[in-house]
Amino acid sequence: MTPLAAPDLSEAARVLCIVCILLVPLAGTGISLVNTGLGRSRSASHAMLTALCVMALAAVVYCACGFAWQGYLGRPAHLLLVRGRPWSWVAAEPFFLRRLELDGSPVSLAACFGMLSVGLAALIPLGAGADRWRLGAACASTALFAGCTYPLFAHWAWGGGWLAQLGSNYGLGRGFVDAGGSGSIQAMGGLTALALAWILGARRGKYGPDGAPAAIPGHNAVYILFGCLLAWVGWVGLNSAGAILFAAAEPGRAVLIVANTTLSAAAATLTAAVITRVRFRKPDASLAANGWVGGLAASSAACAFVVPAAALIIGIVAGALVVFSVEAVEFWLAVDDPGGAISVHGVAGLWGVLALGFFARFPSRLPNAVNGPSQALGGDAGQWLAQLVGAATLVGFVLPLTYGLNRLLDRIYRQRVALDGEREGMDLYELGAGAYPEFATHTDEFMPR
Amino acid sequence: MRLVGFLLLVAGWILVLAAVVLLGATQARAMFVLAGIAVEALGLALVFRTHLILRGSRD
Repeated sequence: MTPLAAPDLSEAARVLCIVCILLVPLAGTGISLVNTGLGRSRSASHAMLTALCVMALAAVVYCACGFAWQGYLGRPAHLLLVRGRPWSWVAAEPFFLRRLELDGSPVSLAACFGMLSVGLAALIPLGAGADRWRLGAACASTALFAGCTYPLFAHWAWGGGWLAQLGSNYGLGRGFVDAGGSGSIQAMGGLTALALAWILGARRGKYGPDGAPAAIPGHNAVYILFGCLLAWVGWVGLNSAGAILFAAAEPGRAVLIVANTTLSAAAATLTAAVITRVRFRKPDASLAANGWVGGLAASSAACAFVVPAAALIIGIVAGALVVFSVEAVEFWLAVDDPGGAISVHGVAGLWGVLALGFFARFPSRLPNAVNGPSQALGGDAGQWLAQLVGAATLVGFVLPLTYGLNRLLDRIYRQRVALDGEREGMDLYELGAGAYPEFATHTDEFMPR
Repeated sequence: MRLVGFLLLVAGWILVLAAVVLLGATQARAMFVLAGIAVEALGLALVFRTHLILRGSRD
């Protein structure tokens, strides 16, 4: 039984979707550069290699079993009858993409999109684990992420799962809608980053005996800002492809998506720059960059269904949230997150999910499967409740599951590098060579002052 | 204490699911969903608090 039908994509939509999917790796490249720039110079090579390995492993594991559990609209799935209503819990596709024709059909495009987007989501925790997360442990954690937690939530949101069915089953708007992945990619990655930051603990020297955090600035602002620009291009592809595949947006809507994605990122970075200028007398480059990525993350869910003015508001709120959240996480909650992944992707992603419920105006008749019976009347009442249920699922189910799995992994294979590794730097300790061999080594914060 | 925090997170989520499945009226459903989210917030606060205490004891 397949309660939600797959969208029927036109030839133009398929071609546009393929082009947009090809842009998605640029988002991963951008995030990798941002994470590397915000880390220490003695871990730069390690950061980039880990990013590459994580993307590679995520793609392999996703093909092996991830897509089998994620599935797609209109495809076979395991159903549970809850008070007479079918709840799709997990897809029932064969492993290793068997019986799937990779011929440009919507399901094949969704599989291809998933293979790239799972890599992007898996990169996000690297920002929180910078300078202390072992390469092997990051790969093992990625395997759990790409093979278990990511496909499960992606099925619920994108594969016709119970969250997407909230509209047809319970009349909650059009069900949980997350066109570009504010929840399925960004918040998933951000919450995984939080779980790992708890498990890994703070970097040595980050917090003094009095509990006050020491500033450990990123080593390369150019990487950070260039990464933001690359991520922008990638996000345009991510949001457009996601909207076409999972919300059946028509190709012409890509123009609105590009405008909204850009406006949200622009508003967020300007807000972050203004707030830091007012508070610290000078705009902070890394926080403004984090604001940019936060704006992109928040734009994803609603990019195809809001007017540009609403995208501006989403971006302004995302920028402010990122600045205050980075401070709260570091100072008040004592969680060491060098890349700001928890705030940028977790907090801003959750905001993006909720913002859709407040601002989205859907076309009167969407030719897609996210339409429920309530939409026959043209109403979207309850959409905010569907979004709230999705956000509650991320925090109440995905976070404990991710923490539990990674805690178990930590028992079997220690995730944090040994003290010597932190002292020498991840490059020398794990790879045997640094990223900048001709540069002089900077002061060691482990030396007594 | 950390385990209790995570259990509260899951309990809040189950409350949200129960509200969606069992309640029909929009207002009652919304109230119970918000109550579930409040339980999740409590659980999250407890996990953060545990993290702070454990970090303090390590120092």
